[in-house]
Amino acid sequence: MRNWWKVVTVILLIYTLIGGLLIEVPRQHILYESIRNLYFHVPMWFSMIFLFFMSTVNSVKELSKNDLEADTKAIELVNTGIVFGILGTITGSIWAKYTWGAWWTNDVKLNGSAITMLIYMAYLVLRASLEDEQKRARISAVYNIFAFVLLIVFIGILPRMTDSLHPGNGGNPGFNNYDLDNNMKLVFYPAVLAWILLGWWMYSLRLRKRKLQQDLSL
Amino acid sequence: MRILLTLLLMFFNLLSNANEIEMADVMRSNGKIYVVVSVLLTILIGLIVYLISIDRKLTRLEKELKQK
Repeated sequence: MRNWWKVVTVILLIYTLIGGLLIEVPRQHILYESIRNLYFHVPMWFSMIFLFFMSTVNSVKELSKNDLEADTKAIELVNTGIVFGILGTITGSIWAKYTWGAWWTNDVKLNGSAITMLIYMAYLVLRASLEDEQKRARISAVYNIFAFVLLIVFIGILPRMTDSLHPGNGGNPGFNNYDLDNNMKLVFYPAVLAWILLGWWMYSLRLRKRKLQQDLSL
Repeated sequence: MRILLTLLLMFFNLLSNANEIEMADVMRSNGKIYVVVSVLLTILIGLIVYLISIDRKLTRLEKELKQK
């Protein structure tokens, strides 16, 4: 049974949904029941970062071993990661509207994540503009590594250096300090794993499709 | 003294009102939160079934290609 992890994914996702909606959460002003979004909005970003990180690993592999298959993996990982990034942006925007009162604020975390998304979309444009297979693999691998460094700066470092509405940044502590109680951890950690596994599954399907296309065109 | 006590009670009353945070208690008490849970579960399971079917189609194609 080499697909056991897909079974785990399905079980964890169903648990995330039921537990995420029904298990007691702390009662907090402004947030109210919307605190449950934590199980769905935050893992979108974790999945995106995980997929982009794995993409970077493959780009390093491409550069060091001149491995074209690693380049194929890198592009499909970015493709899947962008889906999660878009979902994270939309869900965050909805959540912001009903807690902060605006769809979008000029917050460092928000703008940082938007810039990161644009950087990765530029990766796709860059790839599309290069004809030669070898050249495309090398140049886009270099760009991809650079893009992940920028992701760390824009999502991980800069938001922590200034004040931000977004939890986990500036003077505003993250959920894990006191908001995230044990009940929430019970759902949140499996939820993160569930969404990351789902992302990996989606990526594996994309990769297999691309390989089939490559095999057919040979 | 009695006035003071009344004022104190009123103050506490206000305080407790201020601390009441509205959650989906009504939905839970009349059971409708489970409607939401079942709708979302249906969507999730639908999407998973869709994913599994794509997975199977790909496996079939891979096998076909290998045979050729």
